[in-house]
Amino acid sequence: MSLPDGVSRHDFDGTTSIATRGHPEYGERTDGEWRRWDPHRSKLGAMLELGMETGLTADQTTLYLGAAAGTTVSHVADFGGPTYAVEFAPRPTRDLLDVAERRSNLFPLLKDARKPETYAHVVEPVDVLVQDVATRGQGRVATLNRQFLADDGYLLAAIKARSEDVTADPEDVFDEVLADIDAAYDVVATERLTPYHDDHLGVVARPER
Amino acid sequence: MTDGWFAGVESGDEAAAAERIRTGRADGPEAWPQQAVDAGFASDEDDYYDQLHAATMTATRAAVAERETADDKQLVHAIRAMADCERTANELAERVAEWAGSRYGESGSGVDFARDVVEREPVDEGDVALQSLAERTVAVADEADDLRTYIEQTAPAVAPNLSALAGPVLAARLVSLAGGLESLAKQPSGTVQVLGAEDALFAHLRGGAPSPKHGIIFTHEYVSGTRPEERGSAARALAGKLSIAARVDHYSGDLRPDLEAELDERIERIRTRGGDGE
Ligand SMILES: C[S@@+](CC[C@H](N)C(=O)[O-])C[C@H]1O[C@@H](n2cnc3c(N)ncnc32)[C@H](O)[C@@H]1O
Repeated sequence: MSLPDGVSRHDFDGTTSIATRGHPEYGERTDGEWRRWDPHRSKLGAMLELGMETGLTADQTTLYLGAAAGTTVSHVADFGGPTYAVEFAPRPTRDLLDVAERRSNLFPLLKDARKPETYAHVVEPVDVLVQDVATRGQGRVATLNRQFLADDGYLLAAIKARSEDVTADPEDVFDEVLADIDAAYDVVATERLTPYHDDHLGVVARPER
Repeated sequence: MTDGWFAGVESGDEAAAAERIRTGRADGPEAWPQQAVDAGFASDEDDYYDQLHAATMTATRAAVAERETADDKQLVHAIRAMADCERTANELAERVAEWAGSRYGESGSGVDFARDVVEREPVDEGDVALQSLAERTVAVADEADDLRTYIEQTAPAVAPNLSALAGPVLAARLVSLAGGLESLAKQPSGTVQVLGAEDALFAHLRGGAPSPKHGIIFTHEYVSGTRPEERGSAARALAGKLSIAARVDHYSGDLRPDLEAELDERIERIRTRGGDGE
């Protein structure tokens, strides 16, 4: 598996895990300047840990949708370039502000990912679009935000089955969401995020040409 | 002309920039960093990102504060509406009881009696009129219950620590009496202790009357369930922790379970210390 520069496998007291260098944010284990990128706490971390080919490299420009308290986006900003973090719930955004205070390349935005016109005046075209919104209509959020992604960029999405329909078979839900994503992207890889996250699908896709 | 967030903003004017971040719009993304440098807003890319960081931090901090106060105002409306419904239901229930007494010669009281009246077989027009009033009385009481449920669901999101310590309904009452979470957070704990006892407090200030030991927080089991001699201490201890909780909720929003444990311990000590002297 290829890890982006700035992300590395590191040993934390006997647990080998991916890690980045930066200020710890959520009680993760640390060793010197390295801090564990806990795949149990982060879906993007799980995608990397599972060896999915993400196309991530150092210093990319990233738009992150569903940043919550900043657990994952803190790692992304540690090795990435300018990182735009969109979250629409005020409470987690307070914590996100602390994370962003310590990272001059992390730009927090209290916005709704279903309304890209409210942040298109701030966000430049990006190399990577990360999506972890855990809400109904995850496929639509991906297509609405396609406009931010450079033609050679990557969509890295974590799809939560239960956010669409708690009763349906997750496989059916994933098929429906993937059909939505297909309208604007070419899906290049999908993988269930077990054992780190139940009923989640990791998706790697490229903009359709 | 550009739609970028920096359009029409003086370089370095953080407040104006933050306002544009919050309210601006564009049809799609563009190479904003380049445009900002070309327009002379930023001297180079690094300067652009520094200004963007400052502006997004300011804008988002303000937006979060505004959204959260909007939520506490909703809670205030709900708790006041609940109090109105309870009071109105009780008043109407009194009227129903009085009227029913005149017709059936028996009288009960309260909303439960009104529920009884609704269940009866109407015999004449008078029964129909009385039952219609009783139905509405019950509906208003049910509305109060629904509002209570809504408050129990929303108060923990608006003020998690205060709700954990006081229970969601008392937490909402305190927020309402203070006029919002921010003003509650700014009150000294002595004021929190007597919130809701304003009449008694003014009587005391005018002279004569004793100073009130507690206001609405009397409804908390830690005050009402404590022996009268120790109630003042219990009220002081509770008010102290409640005002810390309100400050944490307003200023940081962190969850602080240690507050509850500390309060439990204080009350335990207050309740046992006088006990062995008796
Ligand atoms: C599972 S959490 C994200 C966790 C985060 N990505 C991490 O790993 O640290 C999902 C987040 O998406 C946010 N969200 C849901 N719908 C959204 C929308 N329409 N716009 C922006 N954020 C949204 C939720 O408020 C929640 O914080």
